[in-house]
Amino acid sequence: MIRERIASLRNPWFTASIGITVAIALVAAVVGFVWLPLQHPGERFKGVWDAICSASGLVRNAASSAQIVRADYLTTSVEIEPQMLGGASAESIGRGATLALRCTMCHGARGLSQADTPNLAGQYPVTIYKELVDFKTGARGSAVMAPLVADLSDADMRDLAAYYAYLPRVSVPQPSAGEPPRIVASGAPLRGIAPCGACHGEVDSKASAAWLEGQPAIYLRTQLEAFSTGARHNDIGEQMRNIVRRMTADEIAAASAFYAARQ
Amino acid sequence: MWTSRRLVLAHLWFAFGSFGAALPLGEWQMFIRSPLHAWISDPEWYYRSVTAHGTTMAYVFPTLVAMGFGYFVTEHALQRPMVGLRWAWAGLALVAVGTVMAIVPVALGLASVLYTFYPPLIGNPFYYIGVVLVVVGSWVWVALMSINMYRWKRDNPGAPVPFPMFATVAGSYLWAWTAVGAALELLFQIIPVALGWRSTIDAGLARVFFSWTLHAIVYFWLMPAYIAYYTIVPRAIGGRLFSDTMGRIAFILFLVVAMPIGIHHAFEDPQIGSGFKYLHSVFTALVALPTVLTVFTICASVEIAGRLRGGKGVLGWLAALPWRNPIMLGAALSFVMLGFGGAGGLINMSYQLNATVHNTQWITGHFHLIFAGAIVIMYFVIAYDIWPHLTGRALDSFDLMRAQLWTWFLGMIVLTFPWHWVGILGMPRRMAFYDYTDPAIAAQAASVTMSVVGGAILVLSGVLFLVVLARGQTAPRTEPATYRFSVAVRPPRTLPAALNGFGLWLGLMVGLTIVNYGFPIAHSLVTPGTAVPAVKVGERW
Repeated sequence: MIRERIASLRNPWFTASIGITVAIALVAAVVGFVWLPLQHPGERFKGVWDAICSASGLVRNAASSAQIVRADYLTTSVEIEPQMLGGASAESIGRGATLALRCTMCHGARGLSQADTPNLAGQYPVTIYKELVDFKTGARGSAVMAPLVADLSDADMRDLAAYYAYLPRVSVPQPSAGEPPRIVASGAPLRGIAPCGACHGEVDSKASAAWLEGQPAIYLRTQLEAFSTGARHNDIGEQMRNIVRRMTADEIAAASAFYAARQ
Repeated sequence: MWTSRRLVLAHLWFAFGSFGAALPLGEWQMFIRSPLHAWISDPEWYYRSVTAHGTTMAYVFPTLVAMGFGYFVTEHALQRPMVGLRWAWAGLALVAVGTVMAIVPVALGLASVLYTFYPPLIGNPFYYIGVVLVVVGSWVWVALMSINMYRWKRDNPGAPVPFPMFATVAGSYLWAWTAVGAALELLFQIIPVALGWRSTIDAGLARVFFSWTLHAIVYFWLMPAYIAYYTIVPRAIGGRLFSDTMGRIAFILFLVVAMPIGIHHAFEDPQIGSGFKYLHSVFTALVALPTVLTVFTICASVEIAGRLRGGKGVLGWLAALPWRNPIMLGAALSFVMLGFGGAGGLINMSYQLNATVHNTQWITGHFHLIFAGAIVIMYFVIAYDIWPHLTGRALDSFDLMRAQLWTWFLGMIVLTFPWHWVGILGMPRRMAFYDYTDPAIAAQAASVTMSVVGGAILVLSGVLFLVVLARGQTAPRTEPATYRFSVAVRPPRTLPAALNGFGLWLGLMVGLTIVNYGFPIAHSLVTPGTAVPAVKVGERW
């Protein structure tokens, strides 16, 4: 038997299969890259090439009208990465302990507050560092904190974060928190509210979400309310503001009370 | 002469055993997110279960069925001992080690990322390495299919490769090439992050790579079912295959056009240009062609059987068919599910209609109906058909087989029809919790409850299936008649070289892949700032 050559223009299978495939691809390409884009009344292409580039997914020079919208208030300048500020040195913790002497009035001698200010002992270092930076830049407003952080350097703030993260979360005898309220455990899917616990530790912990357990209830509630009115706005993705705006007053109270009662 | 009996049996027991283990997980998921059960409070358990169910059912189970059935076909179609038996056992060992390596971190809650990986979610590296081992094990099979076919061709110059072998090799090549997308994603993107060498990942590019795998993998799952339509069903009901050539063309078309269409899974992804979405949509429409050819050829083959059995008139041959034969029954039920599932698929491939159902429960309903329904019921049929030839024992629990096939069909319909329906109503997929007390979705509670009932029927059917196989394993020994595949009405004596080999078609497959995927991948690679921080799953800090 004579071996039949496949890759030959005389083989009808070869020419037909490649011809048909190329024809389909070409027609589809003309329709998809030229004709369909040009049918969009909203798009103003400068020509066919522009339409092809758009349909290819190229990032074209955006029209001058599409300016980037910038917030009219200060936002946080801290970029958080998952393993940030891990593994602090003993020197850093020691420096932090010295610097923390000025914080004891409100936050307690060992980071445990008696004054409805946040307990800092055992807080995630990323949280402490970010809040300090935000107080310093003004992204988070506080008449009390602003003057205290004004002269802290970036290294100072990292040391403070390392020190407070190092302190043990001493548990104070408190009444049992009981089962988490629905808003903490399951959120409200139909209102687009993720469970508090999905980021703040009941279910999972996410970078930049603070340790909330055992924080004073009144502090938690005030902060939630500040997020809902926009008075506090150092959540750069508006994640907290978007969530709290949709929460009811009862849910805010329930979540605050629950976390305050946890140890 | 049959050297691969134990090999095939090991593959199939491993496949069906893992299927039996993963099946109740699906029903548990359906149950705990239904109105019948209170919220479990920790969605991690739900996603852990989904990951285990998906990984087993999508990577392990169908791959092992394809491998085992492929080895069976190799010996029985080529009528000579298989080359590379030791390699085949090594491949199986790789799959087994990979399965355990992947499932252990999933069970520990260290890799609840779902089987489709979803970067920037990153789980334990052993999960991904396990999946890679499963794929590498299956590539051993790909190589053996190819080697066996080419040795046979060398020894039988000019003779047509037996159709079952031709189709099996087509399936293996499709798998080899389509697995490359996920392999690139795992090896160059996900595993380096999982091992801690990098902390960011280009999730958009990862999705493009995965889409490369994600659609054609479905056709890889489908191959054993289609091979059974052509090579088992006509013989089992006393008919002839209507056309050998048509069968070859169908498998060739799958090879060429199943691959460059995966971006229809990413219609809502902003990183891909609309032109490429359109291109993929067009080729997705073309992949309906081999299925239409198959439906025609198989219906014609079945009609031949009906007429040979004395059926007359336009529809009289239908009544003459051996409906009590489990293979006839299974194939018919498979076709019904393929029809409904295929119609749903046509909706998914349309850019505009997809926007309505994208990421809703419709999609989960769709792929269960097609894969778990139309395809897996044919896996059962394959097992029923070849089991006596593997065990050397009779498989004669026919009532149980019929009950099993009917319950699988009914369970799948009761599971997936309400699933599609709630999808149209807008119920999102991949969520662990639905608040049925909210008036907005309270009306969907009844539909979801129906799906739970369907799932329970499926679990029952799965148990029946394993019981039938186990009974076959303990039945008295018999010597089964020689195994035969279907014979075509006109068996080919010679074939054009194009229909007896794959060079041309592999060229077209790779070429189309480059045309349809090359630019989107290259564009993502050269565009700066596309990587995002990875989100580690299962780590608390």
